[in-house]
Amino acid sequence: MTELLQQVINGLSMGAIYALIALGYTMVYGVLRFINFAHSDVFMLGAFVAYYTARAFGRWGFVMGGYLGGIAILLLSMTACAVVGIVIERLAYRPLRRRSTLTVLITAIGVSLLLQNGGQLVFGVNPKAFPDIFPSSTLNLGGLVINSNQLVVLGVAIALLSALHWIVQHTRIGTAMRAVSFNATAASLVGIDTNRIISFTFGMGSALAGAGGVLYAMNYPSIEPLMGNSPGLKAFIAAVLGGIGSLPGAALGGMLLGFVETGVSGTRWSTFRDAIAFAILIGILLFRPAGLLGRNRVEKV
Amino acid sequence: MLELKNLTVQYGAITALQDVSLRLDRGEIVTLIGGNGAGKTTTLRAISGLLKPRSGSIWYEGNDITGRPPHKLVAQGLAHCPEGRMVFANLTVLENLRMGAYLQRDRRVIEKELEFVRSLFPRLRERESQLAGTLSGGEQQMLAIGRALMSQPRCLLLDEPSLGIAPLLTQTIFEKITELNRVRGLSILLVEQNANLALAVSHRAYVIECGRILLSGPASEVKSNPQVRDAYLGGG
Ligand SMILES: Nc1ncnc2c1ncn2[C@@H]1O[C@H](COP(=O)(O)OP(=O)(O)O)[C@@H](O)[C@H]1O
Ligand SMILES: [Mg+2]
Repeated sequence: MTELLQQVINGLSMGAIYALIALGYTMVYGVLRFINFAHSDVFMLGAFVAYYTARAFGRWGFVMGGYLGGIAILLLSMTACAVVGIVIERLAYRPLRRRSTLTVLITAIGVSLLLQNGGQLVFGVNPKAFPDIFPSSTLNLGGLVINSNQLVVLGVAIALLSALHWIVQHTRIGTAMRAVSFNATAASLVGIDTNRIISFTFGMGSALAGAGGVLYAMNYPSIEPLMGNSPGLKAFIAAVLGGIGSLPGAALGGMLLGFVETGVSGTRWSTFRDAIAFAILIGILLFRPAGLLGRNRVEKV
Repeated sequence: MLELKNLTVQYGAITALQDVSLRLDRGEIVTLIGGNGAGKTTTLRAISGLLKPRSGSIWYEGNDITGRPPHKLVAQGLAHCPEGRMVFANLTVLENLRMGAYLQRDRRVIEKELEFVRSLFPRLRERESQLAGTLSGGEQQMLAIGRALMSQPRCLLLDEPSLGIAPLLTQTIFEKITELNRVRGLSILLVEQNANLALAVSHRAYVIECGRILLSGPASEVKSNPQVRDAYLGGG
């Protein structure tokens, strides 16, 4: 029983991180109809910004290890990633706005490689130990042993998912985002500057990826410049699984994948973890090509 | 108010508009009629900045607006209600209308415009919380016009409001168009394949064929032109 609960908590926190990253893929796909392969490297940058900020905070004698310090580090990481995301879109993707999707995809792979190799150059190739940015303790809840970090990860992820939901559903700019993703031409005809909405989308998606990077590093406290590849791929699968372009789909897909993965990890099939993730993706896409919550868009001429 | 001077527009190697000149004065309804593929939609898309003309210029309220992006023109009171309606099917009716007033920051003004659109199209009021994609074609057209009106335009470009809509609703929509023109002094450039209907509500008309303006004049004159009668008014 406690072991099951343990797995549920692991699954939830892993799933929430995948969900955060998957949302960025799906949001960008929504407004630009392409997969931003550099997204997983923004995730990596998030972890590194947190790492260096934590060190700087330590050097300057800031109270380290407090909740406030942790939140400050998280917000700084998110802001830095938002800026990086906006700059990437501006410099690499916007000039290609009228080009074919393939051109943009290849550019995205290029940006991804640039960030990974640049990261290796600047941060070094060796893994770094990620510090405790939040107070860390082991809680014993009636036989159930959990690290407080896992609860922080879960709490932060849920708060961010809720904030995103609120922005997208209830604010003027969020509504504009939905409008642009449905029909950019019509959106421009009501006065929406679609480029600004696209920037905003990149900023928000990248901030979530940055947060995902920090939270991931809290769960697996060893970071290196290629650390985005595996979770990035999983999150991409999650986004497709949920229905690319659908925000609830990305959240659901992320959670689902997190659960499956942690579930499998506890069994003798654990080495097939990734294969099972792909098998599920293929299986679901066979029956629901648009993903779990995706809609087959009816294009009207 | 709006003037096109020798406008030429191309899609790649295809010339869709050739040397098109036309004028819309303040307070007028002017219709642009022509068959399928004549270049009507292209004309409106060039005016609202969705297409860049190869040559020629577009003037609005005394300014050269050639090549200006659509969102900037909306801010200047030029609204374009596109062909095929293009309502945001994934947004509710009310969200669609509010998006129409995207550039308006004053809530009171937005509420006032909402009330105006509701009084113009009472059917929309009943469906405000519904997703726009679930509306009938006619209702979507009302929504598209209502959304365009939310930006408080002085000049409205209206592309085929009768397309795919039941005759009774078309009647209603055309009544509203004349009402807007009379009551609000809204200048309207109306594109229609249904020439009978369009000529009945317009002051002046242009006939376009294969990307060129064939003839123009007061609606009554164009209506009685034998060439037009044969080609666009069902011979009689
Ligand atoms: N996106 C496009 N690419 C290439 N040709 C186009 C495009 N849109 C329209 N055309 C061509 O331009 C001409 C004018 O089209 P359009 O302005 O839509 O006509 P109308 O609105 O009068 O039916 C047609 O010959 C059409 O085939
Ligand atoms: Mg047309």
